[in-house]
Amino acid sequence: MTRYNSLLDSVGHTPMVGLPRLSPSADVRIWAKLEDRNPTGSVKDRPALWMVETAERDGILTPGCTILEPTSGNTGISLAMAAKLKGYKLICVMPENTSAERAQLLKMWGAEVRYSPAAGGSNEAVRVAKKLASENPDWVMLYQYGNPANAEAHYLGTGPEVLADLPTITHFVAGLGTTGTLMGAGRYLREHVPDIQIVAAEPRYGELVYGLRNLDEGFVPELYDESVLTTRYSVGPRDAVRRTRELLAEEGIFAGISTGAILHAAMGMATKAVKAGERADIVFIVCDGGWKYLSTGAYEGTLEEAEDALEGQLWA
Amino acid sequence: MTSVEIPTILRTYTGGERSVTATGATLGEVVDSLEVRYPGIAERLVEDGSLRRFVNVYLNDEDVRFLDGLATPVADDDTVTILPAVAGGSLTIELR
Repeated sequence: MTRYNSLLDSVGHTPMVGLPRLSPSADVRIWAKLEDRNPTGSVKDRPALWMVETAERDGILTPGCTILEPTSGNTGISLAMAAKLKGYKLICVMPENTSAERAQLLKMWGAEVRYSPAAGGSNEAVRVAKKLASENPDWVMLYQYGNPANAEAHYLGTGPEVLADLPTITHFVAGLGTTGTLMGAGRYLREHVPDIQIVAAEPRYGELVYGLRNLDEGFVPELYDESVLTTRYSVGPRDAVRRTRELLAEEGIFAGISTGAILHAAMGMATKAVKAGERADIVFIVCDGGWKYLSTGAYEGTLEEAEDALEGQLWA
Repeated sequence: MTSVEIPTILRTYTGGERSVTATGATLGEVVDSLEVRYPGIAERLVEDGSLRRFVNVYLNDEDVRFLDGLATPVADDDTVTILPAVAGGSLTIELR
């Protein structure tokens, strides 16, 4: 069905497309699940809407409520859309070094933006948001890092869609941020596909982002369960940018930089399948389009210049 | 020769070099080969025969803890990357 009663009803049901040029052979194929086709242009529409609707069902969110969320962008934009259409106020806490487009988009959708110090990254945004939540007990923090509805959106949506479109799937590759996509879709696929490989790709930042910090302990999202994963890649900005550009140059798909990191992991698994002489149908998530990252410098100049430009930025 | 990327915190052992080469059929052998050229470095990476908790090692960007740890086979054209442990986008602890 392609007709919906409102924008909110159109979340999900995204297309999957093959990558005939980047796939190494007829036996080892790579497929892109185009989550940029969601209403606000990112995969986050799924968890955002499901977290809001779950909170409504549980009676936590009532008309006129203020929602508070630590987010470096996409979840905030998705929540802002849902909040606007459902009549809630939204306050987002985001690191001050995320791209300018993101804050602008949030404000356009009617959200209020509060900044957390760049040096602490997402960690610091979470800390600031938790503090605000304790000071304002009437605000509702959906908290994507620990809200089971985040993973559930993918368990109920992304996972079944992927399996229905590609019953021969052997690998599912997605980004590791809140871990919701991998935990939700990963669990669903493990239940239905014997021996499926669930592969995480996480961004590897430069020392400008990490170096300033001296945290007591690391932040692992409450949703994370390592046993769901088969393996985990760490992808630096250079490879992320290189793959993002290849995806556009070879297959015509204009994606954000985190998608390049995920494609890099998918290509790594494809290379291993070829070496082992095994058949593979590898699905990876296109998280969002490249629009919001044009100002980062990732899309122009040499790879070295792009890598320099991304130094110190949270690009995924 | 396998190429090994060294994090800033361990470059005191490599004379400031950020990328060095090593030999070995497994990750453990690669570490042994690093120790021969850069004495002291192995102790910062390995404890009681396995990787230290707050060190992450990647083989072609894949976390070796999900492979076979120090027993992971390594090929000549592979790249090994050593990093302070990072979890969920944050620095867990400094490599001291």
